[in-house]
Amino acid sequence: MSVTSGVSTGDTAEQQTQASAPERKRGASLHRGEGRRGIYLVAPTIILLAAVIGYPVVKAIVMSFQKDPGLDKATGMFVSGGNAGFSNYTHWILQRCGTASCPPGTLGAEFWDSVGTTFMFTLATVVIEVLLGMWMAVVMNRAFRGRGLLRASVLVPWAIPTAITAKLWYFIFAYDGIANRVLHTHILWTGGEWASRFAIIIADVWKTTPFIALLILAGLQVIPAETYEAARVDGANSWQRFTKVTLPLVRPALMVAILFRVLDALRIYDLPAILTGGGGGTGHATTTLSILVVDQIRGGFNSAAALSTLTFLLIFLVAFIFVKFLGAHVVQTQQRQQKGTI
Amino acid sequence: MIRRTRVFSAAMASLGAGVLVVAMAGCGGDDSNNASKNTNARGPITYVQGKDNNNVIRPLIAQWNASHPNEQVTFKEQSDQADQQHDDLVQHFQAKDANYDVVNVDVVYVAEFAAKGWLQPLTGQFALDASPFLPATVKTGTYNNTVYAAPQSSDGGLLYYRKDLVPTPPKTWDEMMGDCSIAKAHKMDCYAGQFAKYEGLTVNAAEAINTAGGEIVKSDGRTPDVDTPAAAKGLTMLVDAYKNGNIPQQAITYQEEQGRQSFEAGKLLFMRNWPYAYSLATTDGSSVVKDKFAVAPLPGIDASKPGASSLGGHDAAISQYSAHKATAFDFIKFLTSEETQKTFAVKASLAPVISSLYDDPTLVKQLPYLPTLKASLNNAVPRPVTPFYPAVTEAIETNAYAAIKGDKTVDQSLKDMQAAIKAAGS
Repeated sequence: MSVTSGVSTGDTAEQQTQASAPERKRGASLHRGEGRRGIYLVAPTIILLAAVIGYPVVKAIVMSFQKDPGLDKATGMFVSGGNAGFSNYTHWILQRCGTASCPPGTLGAEFWDSVGTTFMFTLATVVIEVLLGMWMAVVMNRAFRGRGLLRASVLVPWAIPTAITAKLWYFIFAYDGIANRVLHTHILWTGGEWASRFAIIIADVWKTTPFIALLILAGLQVIPAETYEAARVDGANSWQRFTKVTLPLVRPALMVAILFRVLDALRIYDLPAILTGGGGGTGHATTTLSILVVDQIRGGFNSAAALSTLTFLLIFLVAFIFVKFLGAHVVQTQQRQQKGTI
Repeated sequence: MIRRTRVFSAAMASLGAGVLVVAMAGCGGDDSNNASKNTNARGPITYVQGKDNNNVIRPLIAQWNASHPNEQVTFKEQSDQADQQHDDLVQHFQAKDANYDVVNVDVVYVAEFAAKGWLQPLTGQFALDASPFLPATVKTGTYNNTVYAAPQSSDGGLLYYRKDLVPTPPKTWDEMMGDCSIAKAHKMDCYAGQFAKYEGLTVNAAEAINTAGGEIVKSDGRTPDVDTPAAAKGLTMLVDAYKNGNIPQQAITYQEEQGRQSFEAGKLLFMRNWPYAYSLATTDGSSVVKDKFAVAPLPGIDASKPGASSLGGHDAAISQYSAHKATAFDFIKFLTSEETQKTFAVKASLAPVISSLYDDPTLVKQLPYLPTLKASLNNAVPRPVTPFYPAVTEAIETNAYAAIKGDKTVDQSLKDMQAAIKAAGS
């Protein structure tokens, strides 16, 4: 025991030395006392975060291992369910309700469908938004008359609260709505399986593309004009300038934008909840994981806690893959931008 | 370190749902003998209800407060969303809030709150005389053979029809389907109810099933009994009508409002809706049917018995955590009194729970649909009284929706509905 603790102390000391080494190199020498004062200064933030984030997370995980209250058949009253082990998790992952598989019409039967729906929305919206956003950013980056006006007006969809966006598109996609009138169609936008999904994707793309465009625009603006001049002198045509100069240099900003959007899209709740109520198709064609969590809350907290933990793990996994393998480093990117190395 | 920060904040970003679950779960725990506490205590109480749209509650409370100086009632107004009202009540009950004395509960949630041990049984000294009430409304407040809530307002389905085109309203479903040729001749849609996948579909599907002699759950409120020939007959009525176009294809996106708008625009011959649509269709500037429509009871299977409406409305209950239950009980008696019920009807168009009021000439003059509504409510069947209502209604909605759209057969969807309701209660 004492050996272990000794080793770990040594580790910490070493890490501290490593961590403070670059800071010393920067010139301003830090005394130990200042480091401690720093700890005191961040302590309120740490405590606050632990209270408002740490506690609920831990509590949710604890709850997810408890059974939801069941009915006492004799009295008709709820009695607490006791320890559940992993049964709340297997309920969702294996779609088991009691001893049988969950029949259609139970939330348990919708888990994998909603995982699929969530990832489908994420993939579709992010791909479309990045392509459109890139195009919009390149346009906005050019110098022309009225550029300020264009940049401001592009922001409008992003500035509208999602709930209102969803309601606007709800009216547009109503059976007697604008969409069917303009297209001369009779599509049940909130009823059909793919129609309802397209409705969500269209509304989301409309709302969020400006966000992507602005993030990319920020990346574009730090590319020095000389690099383009040099490329032009070397005889590169505009497509080559885009693929050989713009894309590689904007890549860090682009990756950050994509990471933000992917995480955002995986959590999507408000837009489908208001636009389609999670319905369409067989009744849950647009039910995302977050909608499923909220539906389950009224049917039992502990089971909902397990579901939200699963959702968290899924999103965490995706974020991890992004950061680890695709090199989306928000903080690094910003630091390097500040230093002017990008 | 940088990488860790990144992953950490990404993780934080995805935690919203988890936090919400915990926030709503709060702290639980059970102590069973709250029902015997404070039963004779008097003092100030709080009355909790959803948004008071017609400003009818506040004047009533002022009237009560004038005559009860030592038992003042404070009004706590909730939002106008049924889900939010439910969640607000759950949070305050879980916190054992002694300041939620008398609560107004949507009929579908009474069983859940009763089974949680949050509602004071209305037995013994709290027993109400049930004889003036419509029998179906009393059933909505009864769980496990014990009355937990008093009926406060009711609601039932009506058949709205165009009296200029259909002189005598159809008494049976088949007659109504026959009348659809009139709709066709006028290039109108024939019939619509609430067929979007939400609570309204549960109401409409249950009405079809109950009308045909089927039932969703047995009288114990728990055992599903929907996989029967009678239930299949009921659901088939809707499925066939949707297939042959008597129910227009867009009706599976209809909630109450879309149906009402179509009817007011003169595009719909028959509509199943709640009484609220009556005054709107009469007064709306955009309504082209102001004096061209009337209401009838829902059509039945044969002409001798009208259709079975589902029951809406709210009940009033006393919290087990109330510190002044004697006052709370008096206030419930006040809310359900004939006088107060009349005020609700006149000022807020709320359907009374006292059956004699439906024949009151002054009321009928103001709300001409009352006699029809009484016929509807006399045949009404409460929605399943179950503590697992959210899961049960999900089971009904999802499978009825799939059947109406033709995604699966009526038999298969009733089998799934049966299994899903069973799974909901386990």
